[in-house]
This record gives sequence, structure tokens and C-alpha cells, in this order.
Amino acid sequence: MRLTCPVCGERDRREFYYMGDAVALRRPDPEAGDAVWDDYLHNRDNPAGVTRDLWQHEGGCGAWIVVTRNTMTHEVLETALASDVKGSVG
Amino acid sequence: MRFSGWKVIKEGLTGNRGWSAHWRDAQPKPEYDMVIIGGGGHGLSTAYYLAKNHGMTNIAVLEKGYLGGGNVGRNTTIVRANYFLQGNSEFYSHSLKLWEGLEEDLNYNVMHSQRGLINLFHSDGQRDAFARRGNMMVNQGDDAILLDRDGVRKHLPYLDFEQTRFPIYGGLYHPRGGTARHDAVAWGYARGASDRGVDLVQNCEVTGIDIENGVVKGVQTTRGAIRAKKVGIIVAGRSGQVAAMAGRRLPIESHILQAFVTEGLKPVIDHVISFGMGHFYISQSDKGGLVFGGDLDFYASYAQRGNLPMKEHVMEAGMTLMPMIGKAKVLRSWGGIMDMTPDGSPIIDKMEGIDGLYIDCGWNYGGFKAVPASGWCMAHLMATDRPHEVAAKYRLDRFRTGIGIMDEEGTGSQHNLH
Ligand SMILES: Cc1cc2nc3c(=O)[nH]c(=O)nc-3n(C[C@H](O)[C@H](O)[C@H](O)COP(=O)(O)OP(=O)(O)OC[C@H]3O[C@@H](n4cnc5c(N)ncnc54)[C@H](O)[C@@H]3O)c2cc1C
Ligand SMILES: [Zn+2]
Repeated sequence: MRLTCPVCGERDRREFYYMGDAVALRRPDPEAGDAVWDDYLHNRDNPAGVTRDLWQHEGGCGAWIVVTRNTMTHEVLETALASDVKGSVG
Repeated sequence: MRFSGWKVIKEGLTGNRGWSAHWRDAQPKPEYDMVIIGGGGHGLSTAYYLAKNHGMTNIAVLEKGYLGGGNVGRNTTIVRANYFLQGNSEFYSHSLKLWEGLEEDLNYNVMHSQRGLINLFHSDGQRDAFARRGNMMVNQGDDAILLDRDGVRKHLPYLDFEQTRFPIYGGLYHPRGGTARHDAVAWGYARGASDRGVDLVQNCEVTGIDIENGVVKGVQTTRGAIRAKKVGIIVAGRSGQVAAMAGRRLPIESHILQAFVTEGLKPVIDHVISFGMGHFYISQSDKGGLVFGGDLDFYASYAQRGNLPMKEHVMEAGMTLMPMIGKAKVLRSWGGIMDMTPDGSPIIDKMEGIDGLYIDCGWNYGGFKAVPASGWCMAHLMATDRPHEVAAKYRLDRFRTGIGIMDEEGTGSQHNLH
């Protein structure tokens, strides 16, 4: 598997650290309550198909990257800097 | 049909014409008392113990593919009871005791082989941690022996003890640990359940769960609707998709774990050996193949096949530990979908808020050894609506409340850390 870092270009999977579902970009309000925080920290859609997850280009520029990928085929569909995606999600 | 030594001799002398199918390939009926979704190890053992321990025989196991085609037929077959935390230790202890009587109980040769498991350690700190774990195992009533370097050398003279990266200090020896033939475990439970009247329905994928006013009514399948008073979801790596049919999200991410087998060799490795520092473990099958594996590929996946980096990592770790295997040819590699929970421990519980719906999942990469006790406890839960005492801590709400988290590895209760 190869991932395209928006800064460095296409690189081997070994250069990246995996952080899981890109849900981490939507941190709830501290007072949002148990259920919301449980959902954020633990519960996952865990799709068999297209998913968005967070990778860090740890062996390269260090950027956090949102990767849109297919969990059935390992096909990588899109990559974007997490800082840009986060801004657009608000 | 009963298996016995006499039967083998008789059939051998009379052309092997007297063997019959091990279970009935049942057609689905429109209604059952209980339906089990998933014909893996855990689904089949649940059905077996529902019939055997609770007299429930109007049951169907619905399997989307063929029986035993999931993780139960893809694992590296290690059976052990070397857990540390309360909640886990009594459960796996119970499971190992069931393993020890399983072949007699099922009248089926599952090739359970208590060849001993040795977990290696490589530093003073790790020795202390293993001594503590060993004491917990002994307190639980199981067996553990702390070996120093010479003690390990006696059992495993072929390891590279002097390697500079992780010199071997000793090992925690669990003599009752070992392996079993994975397929035979699925087949044995299938046969036992089928003989007691359970319908095993293959090529029957559950596509929906019918719930009315918070009460389960049955399931939709590719072979029609089936009504049921109680439904158990026991689908390992597919738990997320099936729970979604009931409108639920689970604390589960599905990850890929790979394994490898070499060509058949003469007996060289008598034990199960685990080399935690290198993420490598190995045993030798009765056919002679070296069966080994390592860690997850570490990204969410349903592909049932892994990538090259982890293959290389596992081979490198194997060569570090035992250079003697370097010339063995790898025949096959494969992957299975692991239902990973944040704390690395499983869930056997009711689905809160939906009467008659139960879930057994979150087995991570260690659910093969759990097959007997998981079935035993899930059957108890589904039949009596109360958790079995050895599985009482496997609650689903522990993640929400933070009470009763069982982070056996001590890596932190967070996805992607186990
Ligand atoms: C490479 C590898 C090595 C492992 N090594 C070990 C080990 O050494 N020791 C150990 O203890 N554990 C090990 N494990 C873990 C163990 O194999 C699993 O935890 C365990 O088998 C999971 O439970 P199961 O047998 O019920 O799963 P499965 O066999 O996967 O059963 C689930 C079944 O549900 C079916 N299903 C899914 N969705 C549906 C649907 N919608 N409708 C109908 N049916 C459905 C699937 O087809 C499947 O047959 C390993 C796993 C792997 C992949
Ligand atoms: Zn980069």
C-alpha cells in the first residue's frame, strides 16, 4: 500500500503511523455528556467499504493526513491534509 | 455415528464405506426459538451448549458462507490460560478446563495438544512482569513456571540466545498451553449441535434484524425471513455491520491479522514459542508445517489479506529468534478480520434497550482459545438472561462508564493500541 502525502508525494506505507477513524477531527464539547464522548472515543461505523482515517507522515514531513480508502480492497481514493479538512468541517 | 478406535479399524478393513456426513445441511424453517447469526467457532459452540446445557434445540445457526470459513479456520490455533486481570483470568481458566474435556465431550478428535507454551523475556523489567503474571496464573489455579536462561535452553536449544538486539533472559512456561486443530473444533461443535437437533444453515446471510417496539422479532436473510424470540449476534470481524442492522454502533474496529505456514518439515519445534519483543510466535503443526505470525497490519481492513511490511517484519523477527528456520519455504500466507475493542477484551452481553438481542464479539486476535467458554457463557446468557459468573465482566457499557475496563496489555484503552 502506498499513500500520497499532500506535502511529500507518494510514499511507502511504512513511512506512516495509523491513528484510526478520522472521527478524531470532530472532538465534542467537554460538557457534551457520557453518551457523546463514548461515541467519539469508542464507537465506530467500522465500514466495509469506503472509510476516512487519520495517518501521520511520521517518517517524512510529520503532517497529519486524512486518507479516504476502501477497506475491502485497500484502494486509496483521496488524501488531504488534516488541517485543511478540519477547517472545512468546522 | 460414533467415532472410536474400533470404528477406524473396522472401516479401514471394509473399504471406508460406513462413514456418514458429520452434520445435517439444514433448510431454514420460518420460525425458531433462537437464532444465532454466524457459524464460526463461537456461534457453533453457543448453539451446542444451548442444546446440551439448557435443553434448547429449536435453534438455527445462520452462516453466510460455509461453516468454519471465517476466523475459526484462519487462526494459528494457540490455546492458553495465561491471563492476568481479574475478569479475564477466570474466563480463560474455565475455557482451558473445557478444552481438556472437549474431545470426550464431543466424541471428536480436535487434536488438542498441550505441548506447552513459552513466552520469552529479554530484560529484568520484563522478568518481573512475567513473574507477577505467573503468580496470578498460579493463584487462579492454572500452571506457570518461571524459567531462567538455562531453563529455556533445555527446552529450546536452537534459539539464538546471544543475539544483540533482544538477548534471551528466560521465559514463562505454561505447560498446559498448546494448540488444537482449528477446523476440527468448528466441525466437532457443529456435529454435536446438529445431533441434538440444531439446524445449521449455510449460505444464509442475515441482511436485517426485525425489531418492533424494542423487542426482537426475527431476522431477514438471503433465504427469506425467519422469526425468532431471541437472536444472538456472533460474527467476529463483521460485528459492526450486523449491529448496524439493529441501529447500533459498537466499540469495534476491524483489523487484519496475517499468518504464515511453511512446507512440511520433520519435527523440530515441540512447543509454542512467543517472542513478544519481536512480535513473533511459532509452533509446528502435526503435518510438519511451521505455523507462525506476528502483529496486526495496524489499519482498518476487511480484505482478509495483508500487506508486505508486516510480512517482512514477521520474517525478520523469526530470523532474529531462530536462524535455523531460514531455509524453510513459506507455502502460504493469509489474513483474518479481527474484531478489535479499545481495551483488547471481549464483550458477551445483552444489547441494552432491545429485548431478545444479544452480542458476543470483540475477540481481538485471541478468540480461538475462548471458543468453548464463550459458547458456554453466551448460551447461559441467552437461556437465562443473566451473565455467567466467569463472563460477568464482559459488559458492553464499560467503555461508556469507564468502570471495568480490562486493558490486559497495559497499552491504554484506545483503538489502534492493541
Ligand atoms: C491469523 C490469525 C491468527 C489467530 N491466532 C489465534 C490464536 O493463536 N489463538 C487464539 O486464541 N485466537 C487466534 N485468532 C483469533 C480467533 O481466530 C478469532 O478470535 C475467533 O475465531 C473469532 O470467533 P469466530 O470463530 O466465531 O469467528 P469466525 O469464524 O470469523 O465466525 C464468524 C462467522 O460469522 C459469519 N457472518 C458474518 N456476517 C454474517 C451475516 N450477516 N450473516 C450470517 N453470517 C455472518 C462469517 O461468515 C463467519 O463464518 C487468530 C486469528 C487470525 C485471523
Ligand atoms: Zn509528508
